[in-house]
Order: sequence, then C-alpha cells, then structure tokens
Amino acid sequence: MSAARVARPGATLLGLDGLQALIEALEARGYDVIGPVEHDGAINYGHISGVADLPAGRTDRQEAGTYRLEDRSDDALFGYAVGPQSWKRFLHRPVETLFRVRRMGEELAFDPPREPAKRTAFIGVRACELAAIAIQDRVFQEGAHVNTEYAARRAQTFLVAVNCGDPSAACFCTSMDTGPRADSGYDIALTELMDGRHEFLAEPGTDAGAALLAYLPTRRAGEADWAAAEAVTERASANMTRHMPGKGLKEALQGNPEHPHWDVVANRCLACANCTLVCPTCFCTTIEDRSDLDGQGAERVRRWDSCFTRDFSYVHGGSVRTQTRSRYRQWMTHKLAHWWDQFGTSGCVGCGRCIAWCPVGIDITAEAAAFMEGENGNT
Amino acid sequence: MDPLLPLPYRVTAVRQDTHDTTSLDLEPVGTAIPEPQPGQFTMLYAFGVGEAPISVSAAPVNGAPLVHTVRNVGAVSNAITRLRVGQELGVRGPYGTAWPVEAADGQDILFVAGGLGLAPLRPAVRHVLANRERYGRVALLYGTRGPEDLLYRDELTEWRRMLDVEIEVTVDRADRTWRGAVGVVTTLIPRVGCDPAHTTALVCGPEVMMRFSIQALQAAGLPYERTYVSLERSMKCGVGLCGRCQFGADFICKQGAVMRYDRIAHVFTVREI
Amino acid sequence: METLESIVLAQEFFAGLDPEIGKFIAGCARNHHFEPDTYLFHEGEPAREFYLVRHGDVALEISLPGRKTHILSTMHDGEIVGASWLVPPYRWNADARAQSHVRAIGFDAECLRDKCEEDPRTGYQLLKRFATVMVNRLQAGHMQLLDLYGQPKRD
Repeated sequence: MSAARVARPGATLLGLDGLQALIEALEARGYDVIGPVEHDGAINYGHISGVADLPAGRTDRQEAGTYRLEDRSDDALFGYAVGPQSWKRFLHRPVETLFRVRRMGEELAFDPPREPAKRTAFIGVRACELAAIAIQDRVFQEGAHVNTEYAARRAQTFLVAVNCGDPSAACFCTSMDTGPRADSGYDIALTELMDGRHEFLAEPGTDAGAALLAYLPTRRAGEADWAAAEAVTERASANMTRHMPGKGLKEALQGNPEHPHWDVVANRCLACANCTLVCPTCFCTTIEDRSDLDGQGAERVRRWDSCFTRDFSYVHGGSVRTQTRSRYRQWMTHKLAHWWDQFGTSGCVGCGRCIAWCPVGIDITAEAAAFMEGENGNT
Repeated sequence: MDPLLPLPYRVTAVRQDTHDTTSLDLEPVGTAIPEPQPGQFTMLYAFGVGEAPISVSAAPVNGAPLVHTVRNVGAVSNAITRLRVGQELGVRGPYGTAWPVEAADGQDILFVAGGLGLAPLRPAVRHVLANRERYGRVALLYGTRGPEDLLYRDELTEWRRMLDVEIEVTVDRADRTWRGAVGVVTTLIPRVGCDPAHTTALVCGPEVMMRFSIQALQAAGLPYERTYVSLERSMKCGVGLCGRCQFGADFICKQGAVMRYDRIAHVFTVREI
Repeated sequence: METLESIVLAQEFFAGLDPEIGKFIAGCARNHHFEPDTYLFHEGEPAREFYLVRHGDVALEISLPGRKTHILSTMHDGEIVGASWLVPPYRWNADARAQSHVRAIGFDAECLRDKCEEDPRTGYQLLKRFATVMVNRLQAGHMQLLDLYGQPKRD
C-alpha cells in the first residue's frame, strides 16, 4: 500500500471538542449533518447534532450473511467498518418526485419541482464510500444526459471522510484499490487516533475543507501524528481477509455467460434484491406515473429498482430474464465487468455489504474466484 | 432541466392502421424536439399512465408532422392509441442510434421488415428513396402476419410504382383473397438475391424474426459488418440513467436501438442475457 | 433452339448436376402451362408429377370445412412444388393452385422413383436437392407456427 507520506500542508489535530465544534459549525452554516448512529441493531446514517450521537465504543462483526454489533474495549467513535446503508440514499434518493403534470381540458402542462437542494454534510465517509460516490458521480453526471436531481444535491454536499482502522471480515477494499486510506474526493479527512489519546488527524481535501478547519480549535500535527495515522490504515490493510481477483476477471465473466457455475450460484440465490439495496453503487430505478383521483393532475416518481426482480426486464409479452440464474449473472457481470466498458472503472468498491447482507451468504469474491478457476483450469 | 421532463405535443391526426395498430400525427405545442434521425425513438407520455419508447415512423421534415405508429400491447400504448385529435401527450427525445443511411452511401440497400418492424424502418426507406441517386439497388422485403396486418399499404403501393425500387411482400397466413406470397419473410431473401460484396442490410422486427433473417442473410454471403438490427429492451428513462435497457455491456438507449450486428453477435444468441 | 433438356439443366435447382443424369431426368419431364386459379394437383390425388416453376406463383392450400381455404405457403420462380411423390403413400396432402399464369416443368414421379431405386447415383443427386428444399421449408414452416407478429400473451 502507501509508502511513508509527507505531511500534507494544513494537516491538524482535532480533539473531541474539535469534532463537536466541526459538527456545530456545519449546522450553523445551514448544513443537514448526517453521521453514523446506532439504530435497530445496526450502524446506520442519520441526523447527528453532536459527538454524543456517534456509536462510541461499538464495532461490527460481519461475515457472509452475518452482521452483529458488539462492544469495543475502547471508546472509539468510528470503530466499525460499514453499516447496511450507504450514503447513496441521500444523493440518489430511494423515492423522488421528478415533476408534476397538470391537465386543463385537452392541454398538458409539465411543472418541474421548485424545491432547491439542501446543504448536507456527511460525517464518517469511508474510503470505499468515497469511491462509490465518485462512481455514481460518473454514472449520473458524466453521460449525455445528467441526473439533475443528483447533481444538485451533490453540489451541496460536504464530505468528512473518516479513515478505516477496523475492516470487517467482509471487506476487500485493498484488492479493489479503493481504500482503506481516503486519498481524494473529500472536503476533510479524519483519522481517529486512540494511541493513548483520543484525537483526530484532520487533513483538508478542498478549499472549503481548509476554510472550515481554520475556524476550529486545532493544533498542528507533527511527524509522530502522521505515523500514528498511517499505522491506523496500515493495520486495516493487514487485517483484510477477503480479496477480489483482478486481472482476467472481466474477460472470465463476459466470456462465459453459459458457465455451469452460474447454475451453482443460482441454486442458492433467492433473488431477494438485498445486495442491490445495500450496494453503494447500484443505481437502477423505475419510473412510476401516478395520477390524482380527480384526473386533473399527475406526478412522475422515480424509485429504486433491482435487476433481481422478474419485472425488471419485462418487455411486452414477458420478461427477458425469467430465471434467477440470468438475473444473478446480469448483476455480477454488470458490477465486475460491463461497468468497465460503460464507465471506465469497476462497479464494485469492496465494501463487503452484499456479502454480509445476503441472507444465504453468497460471497461475490468467492464467486469471482470460481469463474477465474474455470478459466485457469482450461489450458 | 431534468432529462425526464417531456414536451407537450398535440395529436393532429389519427389513423387506424390495423386492428391493434394506430398511427398518430403529432405537432409541438411549444418547443419541438430536435429532428429525429431514421431509427431513433422518443418516449411518449400518456397523462397519468406512463411512458413507452416508440420508434419515430416519420420525421417532422418540411412542415410534416412527427408520426408514431403504436401497437396496443399494454397500458401505456393502449392509452396512446386511444388519444383523439386535439388531445395532448408528452414527448421526450429523440434518443438512440440511427440507421446507417449515410454510411451506406453507394451500397445496395436491403430492408428486411417483420410486422411492426416496418415502422422504425420507414424513415430510413424514405430517406434512401429521397436520395435515390446515392444508392445502388434498393429492395424492401416485408413480412407480416396476414394481409389485414399490412402497414402503410398506400405508401408501399407508391414505392412499388417507382421503377427502380423492389418491394416484396409476404404474409404468414392468408386465404384465397390474397394473391401474393405466403411464407415467412426470410424466404424472400434467397428469392430476391443480393450482391453480398456491395449490400448493406437493415433488419427490424421481432427478435426471433431478426435472428432467422440474419442467418438467411449470412447464408447469402452478407457479412455481419454490413447487417444492422434494431433491438428492444425494457426501458424507463431512455437516457442511460435507470439501468434497465442493458444488453450485455450496451445500453439500448445509448448504443442502440440500431446496432451493427458484428458488435453484438456474441451476445445476441445468449438466452436471457 | 432451346430443348427441354437444356431448360431443365439451366434451372437453379439442378445446378451442378452431372449432364448424364440431367439428360435422364429431362427425359421424364414435360412442359406445362396453368391458367390462373387452375390446379396443379388436389389433396388426396396420387402424386404422379412434381413441378418446378419456371415462371409464376403457386399457392399450396388446405381447405378447412366451415372455414375459408387457407394458404399454407406460396412457391415462385425456380422453386419446387410437391415432395409427397418421394414418400409412400405417394399422395398429395394439399391443393396446389396457380395464383397467376404459371409455366412449369412437370417430372414423372414413377419414372424417377424407379430410376432412383435402380441407380443410386441419380437417387442421391435428386434426394440431396430435395432434402435441402424440405429442410428449408420445414424451418420456414416452424417460423410460421411461432406466429412471430401475433399479440403476445402476458406471462
């Protein structure tokens, strides 16, 4: 992973009071502050007003089909990996009204929504999540047609990353080259230092980030602090247990649509769509047009959808992908192979959510390895 | 502006083509969509019901209306085919790729249409016939279910009268009142013959019909690089944002609907891809 | 002057045929002309002659009691009409009606069947060509069965 790094200009140390001040400063500037909160047995993202809302001393134990919260032996505020939700639901809303339509006699009028995007701050964004946001930025903003709702919200989002020190057993960001250290894409990056103290190394990533840090009670960071921060992410890299195959995976998947292993996976897959819901990069949606009871108004609503549903591929006469096998193949091949052709990167960031939240514990890294083995076995 | 926001268009004429297919002439109420190229589609919005991707069957050139030929196969198309003159609907687009009418300059053009597939091909046929001197031999092979399902009979007759265009029509089933050919459209391909070194084929119809037509064209020696098809997949946004219309690594709304066959041959025959 | 033999050998269907065999086959052939809406043969009749259309359109039909006569398929220039002469009980199972003026070459079925039995070379050359026609017709028939343009039923 990373070699010893030179201290970035402007890097400082923030205490717990500094973190509290950060949250309050964002609120004072009109931001909706979202951060990790323990809720319903998981660490989810919700509104926070201060350090007290954070899941202090809690960690997650994750494996295929398993997610449990446990106590830590310390009071780390960000001592977990990732929860079931990603930041996706704040930028790419699960349900969104796009516009309304009015009917007056024979005429139709289309009214775009007038609600401006709110300023939102995300506290606790992992490196893999930054990568996922960058991926969705590309999907939604860099094509011929832009998802204007996403773009408006994205422009008003302030990102405070928190580097990862405790990956779960489901994580594999190192082999996806998306972490554990946040390199870019954040306004401020924090690393939680618990080496006999409880402080955060704070690095500005943008002018806005630097400007905010300048208002907070901070002190200068030294070489020792840098080393301590590096040690945190190096520990995370060393503790990574899962790995995604790299070279050759795209060809193995795209070249083998009739590989017998698809049937093996399909026999386990319930087509429950959990993986697509928890995945931070899955972006498929459906459009619903709903009319008012009086028949004079209607609205168009965009909703999350999943390629695992039978109706997803419905054309008049029937669905193209009637079998679970075909739908699993579509999801995995799109995520790990087609995405490269479409957007220039993998669609996967190695966050491990699909592995933990699959009710039957299907492990995408193991499935990928199975397809690679087939390739290597054929000489 | 949200790319999903439609423009209002008014219905200025309605023609019942067959028992389940209707053509609508549309004029913009205010702003018009950019001029569609042959093979492109729009998303048509029926108030309160929803949208459907429909190929443009005639472009609004020289003051003519935008024409869509719609088959009643579901809730949205049902609502669209029931629109009356004067009513409004929403139009977004045009989207997708175009038939290679420019790239095929100098070539013999073979149109192979099955059923409603003649509708997306019609703008290409009109374009080629309007620029007749730029092409070699021009032939249209058209197959449909029965004589009662023939689209654009008047226009077909008009084209037939042009001495340098070959129009061959066949139906899958007929009774004795039909004096023409009976049999699937692929039987017309060896019958009409082609010069495989100088022909470009544009094929449109149900996917199975296109599969068999491609086989027949290949048997006639036509390379996949000069065979074009128009594909269909579930579509909601039409602009590459909802993810539904993926066909292998391609989005039908971006890299299609018109696709050059050699680029998709490896995907086309995979079941449930 | 064009002989029947040269006409037969010039047909696409017989392309590549050994001239000796072609000569014999032409010996079993004669010219026909059918007026529009007359029949080449009727369902149930013994298959005495099969035809190669030189020019015109022929409709293969089935008459269904109580319903309109149904056209199964049509044959055109250069195409064969009739394969039942090859297999027992050597009876036509459809009507063949000339849709237009039809000029066709008729081939004596019994004469050719005997020759095929006696001379396997001739038999193979004829059967090879008929097999191609029949496989193509079967495939085309399958496609007609699929009712590709029909209204899809919702799953």
